[in-house]
This record gives sequence, structure tokens and C-alpha cells, in this order.
Amino acid sequence: MCGLTGIFHINGPGNIPLDTLKRMTAVLQHRGGDESGIYIDDQIGLGHTRLSIIDLHSGTQPIHNEDKTLWIVFNGEIFNYPELRKQLQDDGHHFYTTTDTEVILHLYERDGLNCLNSLNGQFAFAIWSTPKKQLLLARDRMGICPLHYTIQNGCIYFASEIKSIFMEKKISREIDPIALDQIFTIWAPLPGFTAFKHIHELEPGQFLQIDKDNIHLSKYWHFPIDPRNELFDDSPEELTEELTRLLSDAVRIRLIADVTVGSYLSGGLDSSGITALVAKQFNHDVHSFGIRFEEFDFDESIYQKQLASFLSVHHKELSVSNSDIASHFSEILWHSEKPILRTAPVPLFLLSKHVSENGLKVILTGEGADEIFGGYNIFKEALVRKFLSRKPDDQNRADLITRLYPNIFKNPSLKNSLIKFFAQGLDQAGDPLFSHLIRWNNTKRIKTFFAENLQKEIGDYNCIEEIRGLLPDHFDTCSTLMKAQYLESSIFLSNYLLSSQGDRVAMAHAVETRPPYLDHRIIEFMARVPAVWKILGLNEKHILKKVFKDILPKNIIDRPKNPYRAPIQQSLLTAHNSEFVESMICEAEIQKAGYFNPKKVTSLTAKLYGQKNVNEVEGMALAGILSTQIIDHQYIRNFPTDPNCPLKLDIMIDNRSNS
Amino acid sequence: MNYAEDLHKFILENFLFGDDNNLKNDASLLEHGIIDSTGILELISFLEETYGITIEDDEMIPENLDSIDNINNFLNAKLKVIGQPA
Repeated sequence: MCGLTGIFHINGPGNIPLDTLKRMTAVLQHRGGDESGIYIDDQIGLGHTRLSIIDLHSGTQPIHNEDKTLWIVFNGEIFNYPELRKQLQDDGHHFYTTTDTEVILHLYERDGLNCLNSLNGQFAFAIWSTPKKQLLLARDRMGICPLHYTIQNGCIYFASEIKSIFMEKKISREIDPIALDQIFTIWAPLPGFTAFKHIHELEPGQFLQIDKDNIHLSKYWHFPIDPRNELFDDSPEELTEELTRLLSDAVRIRLIADVTVGSYLSGGLDSSGITALVAKQFNHDVHSFGIRFEEFDFDESIYQKQLASFLSVHHKELSVSNSDIASHFSEILWHSEKPILRTAPVPLFLLSKHVSENGLKVILTGEGADEIFGGYNIFKEALVRKFLSRKPDDQNRADLITRLYPNIFKNPSLKNSLIKFFAQGLDQAGDPLFSHLIRWNNTKRIKTFFAENLQKEIGDYNCIEEIRGLLPDHFDTCSTLMKAQYLESSIFLSNYLLSSQGDRVAMAHAVETRPPYLDHRIIEFMARVPAVWKILGLNEKHILKKVFKDILPKNIIDRPKNPYRAPIQQSLLTAHNSEFVESMICEAEIQKAGYFNPKKVTSLTAKLYGQKNVNEVEGMALAGILSTQIIDHQYIRNFPTDPNCPLKLDIMIDNRSNS
Repeated sequence: MNYAEDLHKFILENFLFGDDNNLKNDASLLEHGIIDSTGILELISFLEETYGITIEDDEMIPENLDSIDNINNFLNAKLKVIGQPA
């Protein structure tokens, strides 16, 4: 992957400040320091930092078409580019590199906006058409690669990361109260939002075409939710066979690279399946990487070892302690650019560093499988609660809830009270948001820590109501599971998992992650698979387990799902970290930043320091408050608009008329 | 004896961090999102430590624990049985 950035004077020629463009480019160099390049003319400036993966020698960007009327900067990968390139060559297009980047440009030249539908990949790009004086920004279907923009002072500023846009000193930097309301309810900003006022993120599957006459912002792809009457009626065996074929091809095309491609191996079903497919079908010399936790409850290394030996892969594990998580929390926020309620991005940040130190820059991951195949407990919880809602007094039905959360229910005496907790809102079983309301209503209790002024600024805004307004037309006709999958994928996957826990923490060390399960062909196929084959009874990811039954050990397939998590208060409130935490969330600092109520925050930390039982919501409150304070410190109060990172340009195209 | 005031204070400090939100004595703590699954454990520890009682498994039911009124009634009954002044 790479970093891209640019400034475009929408209404016609204007001065593009080259110094600013250079700083905007330089600050993205962690995303790929192999090469950098700039294109500038009287109306636009494009900047690029490159992580070379395909065509290491001639792929320097920006790249142009035959007559240099189209210019592109691109971050990501187009996995089906060999086929597309061949078609384009047959149509008479001439290429001067062997990159996928150049393929996009010629495809755009041939098909216009329709080119987006032909691309299979993870990408964000900007194409500048000099004759039309028109800019196109586009982002992949699931939002694996980031792209932000703001329209101010007659210009559009855009970049892979927001810090690049903030290099323009004229752009104001303010945390958006609405985004805080969203994060402290649904764990991430809604699609299109960022943590900052007036800074937008292009949504997954969205493009923005802009010239002096028009701004065209639209989605070219929607996360598919097929109504019940359009589902496949094939047998589970036939469905498994087709899924096996698709998955194998999704992995195959993601192994295309001129560098070694490794794999993350957590010990769970998803990453184990991907690693097994690579090892068995494509490459016997696989390098895999996994995390080992100091906290026993979080550690899965025993399964990683078993798999590494079973698959004969070169496995490297990285031990992560509570104090490691504490000491890098601040650093990952510089990369994630938004407050987070979790610490789970930190171990992945350290893992990508480990990968990079081992000389690899491309990694396959199991991300997306839980959303697409039905792996999360929140899905099963929705199904069970829906089932219970039809006979709320049936004790046998209620007892099913205890099987979902064996950890929470390990104290059998609490059963009745806990069942009552999960039985909340059973009368809302017909609500389109039924699956997620318990989680969101529970999380939004953290808003009690908001300062009065922040609450005033948020006013009547209600992010749950906003989500209702964004639901697709035929949402009501879908199954309970499909609705829950849609909510999880369109909100949490793209704006948290693929971002704070995906692109940002991997690209912090110039490592590109490729999630084969998020191949759109698989997503579209699974949208038409009946819910019963995804979760059979209470057996999650049923069909995926069938795909892997011959290539993974039985105990890996049968083991209960263990969600990837990292300790929160056990790590953030370690003795060695206390000085830093205190400096960020002491009453004076909380007061100065103005987002939270200082007295309440002090009571929270006092309580957490002495707490025996880990309370999840209070842990999330701590992470959310601390991370908001750190983001404020890094991006609002002390942002370095003149960073000391020199930029060595490998290519500089200066088409300004007075140059 | 009326324990409602002490219970109100504990819940206010420990779960609401000082924000009263018009907490009513008959309001369901679970349904109003005031306590969650781990909150119940905290509440039980508080009751056991403060009042020197042991709450039996079959007593951990919403009818005893899910509102200030319910807890107050439960405490009164419990402390009467073990002979402490009610």
C-alpha cells in the first residue's frame, strides 16, 4: 500500500503551494517509504509515497496514460489486474509499466466511472483529467484503504490520512462532538464521519467526482442484503463446494506480489483457514505471525503452535505484555486518528512492526469472516433473543442465553439476573436494530462522562436514530441474521476493524494487510446463503467450517469462538503507566480539554484502580476518555504542522505554466 | 430500617459517577441500564461487605436485587432472619 494526497482548486487555476504539498506527502511516508512523487499544474497537486509491491522498478507514481492527459495516485492493490490489462491491451491501450496502477487509469479511460465495477481489490485513488479539469476520488467496496477529504476555500484537500490534510495550516482542527457521540455509542464514527469537524471520509464503495460545475458523490456498491425470497435453494454441499472455489480464488489472487506474502495466524478458525489454504494449495514456504498475551485469558498461542506444526509453516510469535499495550497506546492513536474504546489495536501495531522487522511487507489476514459467515456472538444473541421473544416465559428458551456466554455465566447463581439483562427489549423484536440495541444502549451509558458543554453541542442529535435513517429500503424483508450482519459490517467493520485495527496499525510500519474473506464475490455469494447454513442451531460459521473440515485439525474447527481482545484497564492502569495516564486525565487536563466531566472521570479512575471485577463498559469508558484526551493533545493542541521529515522525490512533474 | 438512602448513595457513586438522573427507588436497575452483568457482582459484594451478610445463590434474583426498593426489602428480611436490628 501507499499514501496519497492532493489539493485541487475546484473553480479553475489557482496557486498550489508546493511546500504544503510536500509536507502533506512527507507526513505519509510511514505508509511506504520506498519512493515518492509529486505532480503539480495550475489547478491541482498530487502527492504519493510508495510501498513497492508490484513492479518494483518502474511503478513510480504519479502515473499517466499514453498522452499524459490522465494522472493517477493510487493506494492499494487491484488483484484482477492481469486479466484487465490483457483486455485493455487487446483494445489497443499501451502500457509503460507493469503495475496495477496503470491498469486503473486505462480502464477509467475506456469505461469512465464504470471502471469501478470491474475492479477486484482494496484501493483508494485519485485520477486527474487535464482536458476535463475533473478530479475523481474513489474507495474500495468495503473500505479497506482509507481516503479523507475536506472542501474549504474553493479547494478540495484529500489524503489517505487526516494528518496530511492538517499540514495545510488554513484548515481548522476541531474534534466533532457528533463524532464523539457516535464513537461513545457504536464504538466508531458512522461512515463518512471522522473524529474531526468538516473532515470527511469517503465511504466504502463511494466515489467523488468533482469539477467546477458539479460535485457528484455517490456509492457504486452497497453491502448486499438479499431478501429472503432471493436466497439460494442449493444444498449445503453445493454451497460449500462453490464457496470453496471462491475462497481458493480469493486467496490465489491475493498472493500476487513481487515480494513475499505472509499470513497472520491467531489460532482461531478464520486465520487458520487462510493460512492452511496458502500452505496446502499455493506455497509450501509460508511465514506466519501471531500474538502471545501476558494475560492468560487473552492468550491463544497454544493453538498457534499446534497449527504451525500441523501446517509446517514458519511461525513467529510476538509476546505482548500489559505494559507494552500501555506504552504504545498513545502512538497508535497518532495513526488511528480517532478515539477508541478498546486497546486491541496496540498488539496488532506491534505485530506489524515485527512483520516489518522480519523483512515482509504483505500479510493475509482472516478479517471479515465473522461478519460475512456469521461468527459473532451478537448474531447468535439476536437469534436466541428473537426466539425467546416469541415465548418470553419459556425457561428452556431463556437458558439458551447461558450457552452463548459461558464466561459471563460461569457464576451459576447469577443466571436469573443475567437472563433478565439479555431479555431487555424483547418487546422490540420487530425493531430493525434489534440485534444491536442492547450493545449500543449499554455503551452509550459512557456518555454520562461527557461535560455539560459537550452535551449541549450534541443537543438532540441521536446517532441510533440516524442509523435508522440510513437503512436500505428492503431492510425489513431480510432475516434477523442478515440485518445484524449488515449493521456489524457497515458500521463496525469498516470504521473500526479495518481502520483502527486494520490499515492504520499495519501501515504504521508499512505493512499491507490483505483480507481474502472480504473479496466482494464472497460477500455477494454469502448474502444469498440462507441464515440457517451460516449459524446452524448455535453453531457459528457452519458453512465455513465445512469448507475447512479437511484441511484443519478437528479441535480447531470445533473450538468455541474466542473473540480477539486485549486487556484494557489491566494494561492502561499499570504502575509504570500511571504517570502518563495521570498527566492526560487529571482533573486539570480534563477541564482544559473540555470534553468530559472532571469529577466523574476522577471517580472512574479511582474505582478502576481498586476494582476486582473487570467491568467492560467502564473499561471502554477509560479507553475512550484517555484516547480522546490524547487525540486532543496530538491533533488539536500540539499538532506539528512543520514536521521534520525530509522528502526525497523520485519523480517531480511540474506542469505549471509559470514554472 | 430503611437502607434506601445508603443504597442510593452507593449506586450514585459507583454506577452513575455522581449523576443522579432522577434515580427512583422503584426503577429497575437492569432495565434502565444502570447496572450490567458485572455491575450485579459489584452490587452483591457491596451488600455482603457492608451488611455482613451472605447472599445465597437462590436469593440472587431480580425480585431481590433489581431496584432500590427491592434491595431494601430484601435486606430488611435478611437481617431480621439473622437477628440484626431491622
